[in-house]
Amino acid sequence: MSEEQIAASVERRALPFDPERFQGEYPVIVQGLVNRFDGHAVHDGLDLKVRRGEVLGVVGGSGTGKSVLMRSIIGLQVPDEGQIEVLGHKVTDLGDGSQADIRSRWGVLFQGGALFSTLTVGENVEVPLREFYPEIAPELRHEIARYKVRLSGLPEEAASKFPSELSGGMKKRAGLARALALDPELLFLDEPTAGLDPVGAATFDRLTRELADVLGLTVFLITHDLDTLFEICDRVAVLADGKVIGVGTIPELLAMDHPWIQEYFNGPRGRAAKASQERAGQKRAGQKQTGTMDKPAGGGA
Amino acid sequence: MREWADFTVETDDKGGTRLVLAGPLLISSIGVIDRKLRDWQGPVDQIDLAEAGPVDTVGAWIVWRFARETKAQITGASEDAQRLIEAVQGAQGEGTVEPPRLPFITRVPAAVGTRVYNWGLGVVKLLGFLGAILMAFGSLLAHPRRLRIASITRQFELVGVSALGIIGLMSVLIGIVIAQQGAVQLRQFGAEIYTVNLTGRLAVRELGVLMTAIMVAGRSGSAFAAQIGTMKLTEEVDAMRTIGVSPLEALILPRLIAAVLMMPLLGFFSAGLAIIGGAIVSDLTLGIPFFTFLSRIQEVVPLHDVWVCMVKAPVFGLIVALAGCYQGMQVRGNSEEVGLRTTMAVVQGIFMVIVLDAFFAVFFTEVGWG
Repeated sequence: MSEEQIAASVERRALPFDPERFQGEYPVIVQGLVNRFDGHAVHDGLDLKVRRGEVLGVVGGSGTGKSVLMRSIIGLQVPDEGQIEVLGHKVTDLGDGSQADIRSRWGVLFQGGALFSTLTVGENVEVPLREFYPEIAPELRHEIARYKVRLSGLPEEAASKFPSELSGGMKKRAGLARALALDPELLFLDEPTAGLDPVGAATFDRLTRELADVLGLTVFLITHDLDTLFEICDRVAVLADGKVIGVGTIPELLAMDHPWIQEYFNGPRGRAAKASQERAGQKRAGQKQTGTMDKPAGGGA
Repeated sequence: MREWADFTVETDDKGGTRLVLAGPLLISSIGVIDRKLRDWQGPVDQIDLAEAGPVDTVGAWIVWRFARETKAQITGASEDAQRLIEAVQGAQGEGTVEPPRLPFITRVPAAVGTRVYNWGLGVVKLLGFLGAILMAFGSLLAHPRRLRIASITRQFELVGVSALGIIGLMSVLIGIVIAQQGAVQLRQFGAEIYTVNLTGRLAVRELGVLMTAIMVAGRSGSAFAAQIGTMKLTEEVDAMRTIGVSPLEALILPRLIAAVLMMPLLGFFSAGLAIIGGAIVSDLTLGIPFFTFLSRIQEVVPLHDVWVCMVKAPVFGLIVALAGCYQGMQVRGNSEEVGLRTTMAVVQGIFMVIVLDAFFAVFFTEVGWG
């Protein structure tokens, strides 16, 4: 294909295109969000801002609408009231065209991985590539799929396997590979470590942090895992009573003296997670002095 | 308009070649340059990134791959680009993306072999399934309290009551068609009065029960397969087993019992409505009054036709329900399998019903119920 033909084929698809990476301070801004289900308000005037380049952990008891918040931000759930701005575009009153543009700039990892079960892992990663960038040569598409699969910490054989042949942890990694397919600026993770063994969960946490640092991602991470919060989150947002009752680093949250936050972080599990993080922090500090650096994306499956 | 990445080639005084990349090296802008670099022939000593725009992993990958192939040096990379190149370097792999595929000459015999093997395995499994059902039924007879009345009643409703509307409509229409078309043919012999015999005997003996079985296969057989198949996928069936509830007793027997008991009723209902449909047409077009038609039916349809209907119906119900439940239990792996097994349940159910119907037709004629 000549350059002109490619350009023409891209024009035909008429995808609105905005190659500028988002430079503002807040890639995600949620204002006055209200979501009601059968008259019961899950969100009642919720405000939240996610800073560029940070890993934001979102916590809250079951049923406080963490997943609904994520679904609202990525446009799967139309909110009853409120405004949501993602990468400078309003999600709440978008035409179909500009939404396609934003969708190419975020990646989403659903709880169960949500892989297409009739495609191999590699083909799953290729789906968004085909959809948004049909001009990319098949060879390059295969190469991209292969290195994304490796980048997500899967062995290279995994690319040609079907999701039903993978374990739960590997499915999550494969889902992450698909979420990273388009080199997104924003990554949404819904309980990435739920259902993983502690070792697998810790590896996944490190992987998320490394990818976020190396690729310069902004990560919106829903979790129940206190280890994840202490290990990799820059800030934590706490959802309760349909609102965000606090956003900040864990010490900042603890200073707020809200009973639920106190109970959450100072319960036995919270204390254990904090202790293990401090140990790990000391170890890392020791490593830094000797000048060894974590090799990015070197983690095995 | 989109800005594409591009490159220029410079030659320095010592005769070395330098490739200068320009423009954004992003997934959205490298579709063209990737093809050009793939076609590139000749040596390159340096790849200069100093004038390149923003880089993402795909851009880094292309630069790194090209550098590896030409053994060129990468210069002028920004800190970000350097970091990304290192990251993709650590993630290179050789594996394939497509599922493994054998060459044609081995693939075809392998596929044939798998089919034959699966067919044999299917026969064995079906026998095993039948045996398990008989045993479950036997143990149910020994402990009648384990009979799940609520579940069976629910299936009665789903298989029987809620099918009345569609089966009734279908039967009336079939009755109308038989009477009308039959009358056209019989008129040629001046034997229009035999339309009553034709409609009555055909509806009671054959079409009522056969069409009902086909409708039940489409409505309930498919529902059984899809429902049980989905329960298999979500491990509900396994959960039942571990709690000590036998899936055969809880899921399959109620459905079989419901289908076996409902089919005779539905078949009789269908035959009755087909006769009414025929009577309406006769009244309107043949001049045979409605009630005369019905009283003639009593005289021309022998009672053993009803028995034929009543013998065939439960057997057809059993076949349809067995196909549905068996295929549902065979689901494993992914959601595609549910669709596949549901289709198979309906196709097998209808096919077996028609084969058996032919068998029954010959059998009943032989025993003198012609």
